[in-house]
Amino acid sequence: MSSTSGDLWVFIETSAEGEPANVGLELLNPGRSLCDELGCQLVAVVIAANPTSAVRAAREHGADLVICIEDEAYRRYTAESYTSALSHLISKYKPATLLIGASALGRDLAPRLSSRLQTGLTADCTMLGIDPLSGAISWTRPAFGGNLMAVITCPDHRPQIGTVRPGVFSRRAVSDHQAAIITESYLIPPETVRTQVLEVIAEVSEKVDLESAEIIVSGGRGLGNAKGFDLIRELADCLGGTVGASRGAVDAGWIPHAHQVGQTGKSVAPKLYIACGISGAAQHLAGMSSAETIIAINKDPEARIFAVADFGIVGDLFEAIPLLIGSLKNEGFSSFHGE
Amino acid sequence: MNILVCIKQVPNTQAIAIDPKTNTLIREGVESILNPFDGYALEAAARLQDEHPEVRIYTLSMGPPQAEAVLRESLAIAADTAYLISDPLFGGSDTLATSYILSQGIQRICELEGISFAMIFCGKQAIDGDTAQVGPQIAERLDLPQVTCGLTCELVESALKVIRETDQGREIVLTPLPCLVTFTKPSFEPRFATARRRIASRKAEITRLGCDDLPGIDRSRVGLTGSPTRVLKTYVPQIGKDGIILSDFPLEEATRQLASFLREKALPSGSNQAQPMGTKEGDER
Repeated sequence: MSSTSGDLWVFIETSAEGEPANVGLELLNPGRSLCDELGCQLVAVVIAANPTSAVRAAREHGADLVICIEDEAYRRYTAESYTSALSHLISKYKPATLLIGASALGRDLAPRLSSRLQTGLTADCTMLGIDPLSGAISWTRPAFGGNLMAVITCPDHRPQIGTVRPGVFSRRAVSDHQAAIITESYLIPPETVRTQVLEVIAEVSEKVDLESAEIIVSGGRGLGNAKGFDLIRELADCLGGTVGASRGAVDAGWIPHAHQVGQTGKSVAPKLYIACGISGAAQHLAGMSSAETIIAINKDPEARIFAVADFGIVGDLFEAIPLLIGSLKNEGFSSFHGE
Repeated sequence: MNILVCIKQVPNTQAIAIDPKTNTLIREGVESILNPFDGYALEAAARLQDEHPEVRIYTLSMGPPQAEAVLRESLAIAADTAYLISDPLFGGSDTLATSYILSQGIQRICELEGISFAMIFCGKQAIDGDTAQVGPQIAERLDLPQVTCGLTCELVESALKVIRETDQGREIVLTPLPCLVTFTKPSFEPRFATARRRIASRKAEITRLGCDDLPGIDRSRVGLTGSPTRVLKTYVPQIGKDGIILSDFPLEEATRQLASFLREKALPSGSNQAQPMGTKEGDER
């Protein structure tokens, strides 16, 4: 069972249409660095009804080898079918490491897979490295609502599996990269899959895609009421951003849970995060502190959000935001939105 | 029809503070609570019981003896019978070992009670570990279909219809029974304990199962030795960023500086920003 040889695999999550999710392609970036250090191959795994686009994207993002299962049975993800297919590939090729995006799908799949393979899984990692003593991957992840970071290894079981948060690593395209492709077939008996998706409901009012947003403007309890979010929306519109919210604002019923950023909401890593009237509880920071640039506007100078802010304004947001929108428009930002 | 709800006692992570001198977590005096996601799972079971009075709700927790407190809490809210799995041998178990112990415990409860479970409900994740692993790992051990991130559910003939949250929105999933469902935060608040139930819960008997009470258990698969993962170290993240904080500035001036900061540092090129946000194609970051 114990072996540190073997390849490093990245599972490339796909939509029903076969489009690769960002997170799988992002993971090929740290995957490349780890493989170079470990001297193993970087393998992308695609399981889909129509894998063409994901296979091409995996090659363009540095995979040495793409292993692919193409079958109509895999059009829509189910825990049972994908666990069976991945287990089959793993028992055949015996990779040492498997990285999976910590999306809703990845967090559904990875634990079932680890239980089937009887191996160790580390969830929701934000840093990856190599433990010099064992040569195993060292997985770093937040715990206790972001109050604590834990470094975890899986010394004796293979493959070692980890899920990694979307947005922590950036995609890196590679030019002139050649990758071999292996096409496998694995048919699952229909009775293996017991759950059935009856209906897919996109968010009713608006699509809240916080995870892939590059700019997020979030509001918290400091807004005072639901109407306060009008101001947040206005600033978000001005910057071409998406509206987020703290747990306090969601619990108060001012905005739907789909907008919630933090431990019990979405974990985000945008280029720009603007926190307005948010104090910065640990559980909120856990969901957004990996944003590239953080702006905070809060009237409490002691608010913890200022500790993670690159730029902060202590003051009344109801005065500051309209002034900010005015300044931004003067600088030509208004043209961003719309067309 | 029997539902088992797996619950965990967790420290209230909202209340955890950092000791600025030693830079470690101050865990003393932090209250222990029922993991909120497990509360949503219990509420889902209680709603099924509201509709179908023949439903019996069992709760199961694994932890030190004091974890009995959350089981009593569950009895005060909606549960009919509670079990605690507790043994020093189980200390240090990671998620894989924990799911193994829990699945052994679940099978033992079925033998002891002479019942089977139509549904096993769990919280999506516990707020201390945040792994979201134990539910699906139990489902795999017991060969049950799984639905994660459930919001609400209803019985439809002999199947369970679950509305679940996804990254894109929601979907409606139908699963045959028996099944395992994990629950996330719904749009409503779970019910509170009633005074009458709370009084009864104080006297209720909670059966404790130790390693010796689980005859089929393989002791090499529990505790630290039975856990494939190891915690190498933990540390308190340094969040200090030393950013520019403008207090006592006229807001006209402060917001003008912020607009310049955004233009120069955070939003470097106007042409990039002209694209609609959130598009996946061509996003090379």
